[in-house]
Amino acid sequence: MALNRDFIGRSFPPSEPYEVSRVKIREFADAIGDPNPIYRDPEAAKAAGHPDVIAPPTFPIVVTLGDPALVDPALGLNYAMIVHGEQRFEYTRPLRAGDVITTTTTITDIKAIGGNEKITVETVVETTGGEPICRTFNTIVERGA
Amino acid sequence: MAAQVKYDDVEPGQEIPARTFAVDRANLVMYAGASGDFNPIHWRESHAKAVGLPDVIAHGMYTMAQGGRFVTDWAGDPGAVLDYGVRFSSPVVVPDEGGATLEISGKVEEKLDGNRVVVALTARSEGQKVLTRAKAVVRLA
Repeated sequence: MALNRDFIGRSFPPSEPYEVSRVKIREFADAIGDPNPIYRDPEAAKAAGHPDVIAPPTFPIVVTLGDPALVDPALGLNYAMIVHGEQRFEYTRPLRAGDVITTTTTITDIKAIGGNEKITVETVVETTGGEPICRTFNTIVERGA
Repeated sequence: MAAQVKYDDVEPGQEIPARTFAVDRANLVMYAGASGDFNPIHWRESHAKAVGLPDVIAHGMYTMAQGGRFVTDWAGDPGAVLDYGVRFSSPVVVPDEGGATLEISGKVEEKLDGNRVVVALTARSEGQKVLTRAKAVVRLA
C-alpha cells in the first residue's frame, strides 16, 4: 500500500527520557554473544578511557525501535510486510551507563522502489542535558502485496 | 579512546582476518528479548513460512551486531567506532537443527584524517552475501 507522502519531513516530539543502565547494556551484550569486558566491567571501561561501561555500537536500536513516527495509522505502514533495509549509526560519543537520553525522530524520505515502499527515518539521540550522542538512520521496506 | 590498533600500522587494502559466528535459535530469542523486536519471523517457524520465508530468519540487527563485534574486537575499544552502517541484502536463515553460520571478513578501505580509517565488511551465510555496503569508521590509536 502506498505510504502517505505527507509524512515526508515530519518530525515527532522527543521521547520520554530513557536511562541507560549497566544491567541493560550487559543484557544486550549477552544477547549478541559479545563477551567484551568494556560492556560489563566499569574498571575495564575506565582503563579504556570511559567514565563507565559503554554500550555496543548497535545498542541504540533498543530506544529507536517502535518509533512513534512509524505507528501513526495515517502513515499506512503495514507491519506484517516490513523488512529492515538499511541501518546506520553515526556517533558523537559512545553511549554509556548513566546516560539519560531522549530520541527525536524525523521521516526524511518515502519512495517507491519497484513494487515496494521505502521509508527512511532519522533519529537524534541526545542526553536530557542536550549533549549529542548519535544519529541513527533506519530504512524500512514495506513489501508490495 | 583507547583503540589497540595503531593508525600508522595499517595501510589501505589491509585485510582483517575472517571469523565465523554461530547463530542458533536461542540467540534470536535472547536478541528479541534484549532489543524488544518480537517479530515472530525471528522465532516462530510456522509464521515465517506463512509469510513466504524459507524458515525462521535472524534479526538483521543481530547480524549487524556480529559485524560490529568483528570491528570492535579488531580495534580493541568499542568506543573507537564513530560510524557504522549496513544494508541488509539477504536474510540469515536459521534452521531449528544446527542453526546458521555467519562468515565475516574485513578490509581497511581508506585512511582518513584524525587517525580515522574506513573498514569495509563482508558478511556471508550459506554462501549468500547478507550485508552489503557494510562500513565502519574507526578512530585508531
